[in-house]
Amino acid sequence: MLMLEKRPQPSKAWTLAAPLLAVVLTMICGGLLFAALGKAPIETIRTIFFDPLFSEFAWFYRPQLLIKGAPLALIAIGLSFGFRAGIWNIGAEGQYIVGAICGAAVGLAFYPTESFLIFPLMVIAGVLGGTLWALIPGILKVKFDTNEILVSLMLVYVAEQLLASMALGALRNPDGMGFPGSRNLAKYDSASSWISENAGMHWGVVAAMIAVIFAYVTLSRHQFGFNVRLAGQSPRAARFAGVNPKLLVLVCMGISGGLAGAAGLFEVAGPAGQISIDFNVGYGFTAIIVAFLGRLHPIGILLAAGLMALTYIGGEIAQSNLGLPGAAIQLMQGMLLFFLLMVDVLTNYRLRFGKGATI
Amino acid sequence: MTQPLLALSGLTKAYPGVVANKDVSFDIMPGEVHALLGENGAGKSTLVKTIYGLVKPDSGTMMLNGTPFTPAEPRAARASGVAMVFQHFSLFDAMNVAENIALGMENPPPQREIAAQVRAVSDQYGLPLDPTRIVGELSAGERQRVEIIRCLLQDPKLLIMDEPTSVLTPQEVEILFKTLRKLSAEGTAILYISHKLEEIRALCENATVLRLGEVVGTCDPRATSARDMAELMVGTALHVPERAARPAGETVLALNGLSAKAPHQFGTALRDITIDVQKGEVLGIGGVAGNGQDELVAALSGEIRTATGMVRFEGESISHLGPNQRREIGLLTAPEERMGHAAAPDMSLIENAVLTATTRKELSNKGFLNWRKARSFAEDVITTFDVRTPGANNAARSLSGGNLQKFVIGREIMQDPAVLVVNQPTWGVDASAAAAIRQALLDLAAKGTAVICISQDLDELMEISDRFAALNEGRLSDPRPAQGLTVEEIGLMLGGAHDMEVSHVDA
Repeated sequence: MLMLEKRPQPSKAWTLAAPLLAVVLTMICGGLLFAALGKAPIETIRTIFFDPLFSEFAWFYRPQLLIKGAPLALIAIGLSFGFRAGIWNIGAEGQYIVGAICGAAVGLAFYPTESFLIFPLMVIAGVLGGTLWALIPGILKVKFDTNEILVSLMLVYVAEQLLASMALGALRNPDGMGFPGSRNLAKYDSASSWISENAGMHWGVVAAMIAVIFAYVTLSRHQFGFNVRLAGQSPRAARFAGVNPKLLVLVCMGISGGLAGAAGLFEVAGPAGQISIDFNVGYGFTAIIVAFLGRLHPIGILLAAGLMALTYIGGEIAQSNLGLPGAAIQLMQGMLLFFLLMVDVLTNYRLRFGKGATI
Repeated sequence: MTQPLLALSGLTKAYPGVVANKDVSFDIMPGEVHALLGENGAGKSTLVKTIYGLVKPDSGTMMLNGTPFTPAEPRAARASGVAMVFQHFSLFDAMNVAENIALGMENPPPQREIAAQVRAVSDQYGLPLDPTRIVGELSAGERQRVEIIRCLLQDPKLLIMDEPTSVLTPQEVEILFKTLRKLSAEGTAILYISHKLEEIRALCENATVLRLGEVVGTCDPRATSARDMAELMVGTALHVPERAARPAGETVLALNGLSAKAPHQFGTALRDITIDVQKGEVLGIGGVAGNGQDELVAALSGEIRTATGMVRFEGESISHLGPNQRREIGLLTAPEERMGHAAAPDMSLIENAVLTATTRKELSNKGFLNWRKARSFAEDVITTFDVRTPGANNAARSLSGGNLQKFVIGREIMQDPAVLVVNQPTWGVDASAAAAIRQALLDLAAKGTAVICISQDLDELMEISDRFAALNEGRLSDPRPAQGLTVEEIGLMLGGAHDMEVSHVDA
């Protein structure tokens, strides 16, 4: 018989090995899945995981990694604070949209004035927009004890409606011959978030790096990071240690909303370029996977964001070159999270074979 | 004379450092409600675990219906007709009542059949319970009914109940007692473990009193006063307080009419607690669990805020201050529950040192934690209080209860408090560690700290207290000097009879 035995304390080795093993298991099972679809498994896996980095067209794909990875890392870092404290903000997608709308509105209001002040103002507006959107479920939870998971998720759909109305109404390009969508901010120098479009570098990439470092220092060295971890592990001990649980809810919701809003702003002012009806592509939801794949650890999140970006780009290549269905790629991404959670058990538990006579 | 249902003779069980049961013998007759009475640590749990097959005795024999009874595991005990309702329930919140009951069965019949059986048993014994309800939505009393019905479905001859009323409301206690009386009338013997004397007097026909693992007496609770039973439980040979009476010092902490609502459904409201605590004294607060101990600690630690003036420190009201502000002025606490309240189980001892010591030990600078300093503080606590652990990096949950308790108490003592509040400082701690903790509290008081020690162990309180007071239903009796206090007086204080005394004085 197979038995699980709780370890006296979490295994350090497994904490590190679990994500790697999960990736390997995903490759194996993904390969089997692709074989069942009639594709050459090794070649497909190679196309998804290696071609974006090492093929002859890698010069085109590598910048894409930064563009896709940056918003994922930025949002996931924000979410990781709340997740560690047991505060479940599932609505980063909505905060991302509202951040983009607010930031873009500020930029568009100044069009066509050129000033170096415009972009910083847009960033502030984007962060504020995301923060306020996230504080709605936060305040409702603190005041009325509502469930932040449901409220934050439902606000995503509200934000999507808001986005559509903005793209069709208030923020529509007056010179756009009636087509939905705003002016292109990426082509408006003072509002563009690009640093180097060819290298895939925009201010969102820089912000993601800063967020990783900031989160690392906060979680490992600062009292606030300690309080976050404590509240997640032992809420009662946290109150005993003087942590105000309501304030913690608001701060964690605020941080995750602010970073999601910033990610939205950097996206709308760069890679996306404009507010359009289909501006959001699910970064806010994928970031939840990224946060857990990275064990809620800043460095882990950085690596996980890179890996998820890789599967996105590799998946697109596989779709166009090998004719793989898009759903198969999503299935593989889901597999990754599934295997991670499965292998995760080994961090806290030990496998025992045999009768398990000793209890 | 009829044959006893269960006859215990000479049961002995020793653990390293402590003898839990020593030559315990008594009989339980069929249909009898038999009380097992004793203070915490008297060996009640070990004894019932032996009967239930969880613990193997070192020596001694048990006879069930005249045949030798040596259950190797609970399953064997259940098969012989012994069932037990534990103090802590083992139920799955997400499943319904019938599913939970099926889980405990060897060969569960189909759901519909179980549901029908549950309905039948719950009607028969007056235990209202709907088998389709989700356990997560049930009150503690209803959850207990699930456990009881689970036992009754096995048609037991002996039902063991471990402190069943500690989680119940008074109305639920009434329902439970009716059920138990009915069971007893039908011939099921009940072994009822408790230290609530009035309950035992209301319910039981026979009582065996355990003290330090030995049977110290038997009585008929219906014919014996609560005071006499308390005396048996506490023992006639009370420790003479080793501390001489000392002149009253300066008041450092004053509670003025401290009142607070119950923080949750099964909590106890604090009612008008007034007391002055002086520098260098040990104030012992006794009382049966659930009479406001946790709430009093929370009101002192700052987890519960109260109206202005109710808690004063050196004359200033500190009712509005949070836990860390109270630590800053020197009011430190060590709550009863170690895992998850006083300490975070999954965090290392270093991190657990940071949990309460940041303010006073200056473990942080502008919010940035100084892990090196935290480590050296944690290591100091470990060395000074002889905490047995491979190192400060180990998770708190890897420590035994006693060792973690030494760490938790040591962590507060080494922060040099002006007032230290401890709740159950030696609960679940072996004898030598308990002695070390008590000595540390006395040493602290000798240095001028006011120590408030809340405990259910009366011996402990008599050993270390200068003054003694009792909590009863959220009220605190007037404190009395511990020296010269008799067992009768303590019994009266614990029973809440101090109210009557006051009315005598008024009259």
